[in-house]
Amino acid sequence: MFVDFLITLVKILFILGVTVGFFAPVLTWVERKQSAIMQDRIGANRADILGFTAFGLFHIIADALKMFTKEDFIPRGANKVLHTLSPIVALIPALITFAVIPFGGIYTLFGKEVNLVISDLDVGLLFIFAVASIATYGYVIAGWSSNNNWSLLGSIRVAAQMISYEVTMGLTIIGVLMVYGTMRLTEIGAIQEDFWMWGIFLQPLGFFLFFAASIAENKRIPFDAPEAESELVAGYFTEYSGLKFGMFFMAEFVEMVTIGAIVTLLFFGGWHLPFVTMDGILSMFDFLGETGSNIVALLIHVGVFFAKVSFFIFFQMIVRWTLPRFRYDQIMKLGWKILLPLSLANILITGAVILALE
Amino acid sequence: MELLIFYPLAGFCVVMALGVIVSSSPINSAISLIAMMLGLAGVFVLQQAHFLAILQVIVYAGAIMVLFMFVIMLLNLKSAEEDTWSIRPQNTYVSVLTGFLALGALYKIACVIGQAELNSPAAVPDDFGTVVRIGTTLFTDFVLPFEVASILLLAAMVGAVVLAKNKID
Repeated sequence: MFVDFLITLVKILFILGVTVGFFAPVLTWVERKQSAIMQDRIGANRADILGFTAFGLFHIIADALKMFTKEDFIPRGANKVLHTLSPIVALIPALITFAVIPFGGIYTLFGKEVNLVISDLDVGLLFIFAVASIATYGYVIAGWSSNNNWSLLGSIRVAAQMISYEVTMGLTIIGVLMVYGTMRLTEIGAIQEDFWMWGIFLQPLGFFLFFAASIAENKRIPFDAPEAESELVAGYFTEYSGLKFGMFFMAEFVEMVTIGAIVTLLFFGGWHLPFVTMDGILSMFDFLGETGSNIVALLIHVGVFFAKVSFFIFFQMIVRWTLPRFRYDQIMKLGWKILLPLSLANILITGAVILALE
Repeated sequence: MELLIFYPLAGFCVVMALGVIVSSSPINSAISLIAMMLGLAGVFVLQQAHFLAILQVIVYAGAIMVLFMFVIMLLNLKSAEEDTWSIRPQNTYVSVLTGFLALGALYKIACVIGQAELNSPAAVPDDFGTVVRIGTTLFTDFVLPFEVASILLLAAMVGAVVLAKNKID
């Protein structure tokens, strides 16, 4: 009982450490550096400690200091409670999605089975979806409670956009569910030990739809009409400063990690390397004993998982610096007239193929 | 252990439910309602009904309430503070009548719960509340009510579209 509790605690701390402690701050740097490289500039090299710039890595510290010390401003006529609450409501869903995402398989360590997922829910796939729908409130309330027309316009756009793309996301998830026959994410991951069972082969269209919809859910370019700087100042977080703004900022980066993790898990084999099975690794490192070879497998799998996640984060950033912002009506048209029919067709085709194969 | 989680959760639900009817601004009521539904989802989880809990969050707390709040926000563009509910005298009789009806329903529920054997947790099967179990039940034993409900929802949807279209034209 106590050991189980301890293991869960370690897993939670690990996930928090990786997402909030590592990915979120480092990604702010990666995004700057990548944009600089893609646009042929020398970027992010102003912050220095005694002349050392460390490739601009000190900007992370400068950012954090700036956010901590800025004035926490609440505009006149704003709803104080909701104005404070909404960044929290926006950030928390991004974090708790990781509660059901497995970042490795099941390992026997010192005679104890360790499952590398915080909570192995039977409805894991739906849990992600449910949590994503809660996140909408954070953004909607943020714009409304600021008592600012730009913010309100931004939050109206957020609501419309997130509701529209949630539909596509939910329908693509159904395709995945039909193929794997389970909503338990650990099982979906385990099935993909076989390379030809990877989601990208079984649900190629599903992958593109899901990826597009999740970028839209995260409101990143090209879907960032809710915070369009050229029209709405900064959209729903116009009236936010200091750490509250930092929370919105962090929510976006954590959500990028989450999207990367979900895409990896559903479509790109989760923690598995192609053609390398768990048994293969175990027998290869047999000389280390049971626990030793399991530890090696664990390290390989967790490493592979986060490498894939990093790739998909990188991919989202490439999209950001490649495409211009879509116009608002284009976003709606894409969501309802293109992605939605395609996702319905995906379900239909998936069903027909499954029926034909039986 | 279970009670330790249940009472705070249930208390939270009750407080939030009170918040829905007591608070003066509609947006606060809506947010209380969302919080109440999330609390209720927690109670479902406590009953091992994970699927139901998730549906509660997706359908009620998520989809329906977002639309609901959307409408409230658009209707109250002027000011958050000034808009308040007001009790109209002609509504009093209806309110009292509904109150009595609700009391009657609660009494009935209390009677049913009072007769049930509460201390028999062993009766729950292993796959209780799982997706597979609920799906099988829904598509075998309750297939007719399920399909009828679907058609009803479809009719409501078509109706909404027709009404909205008339206004636009």
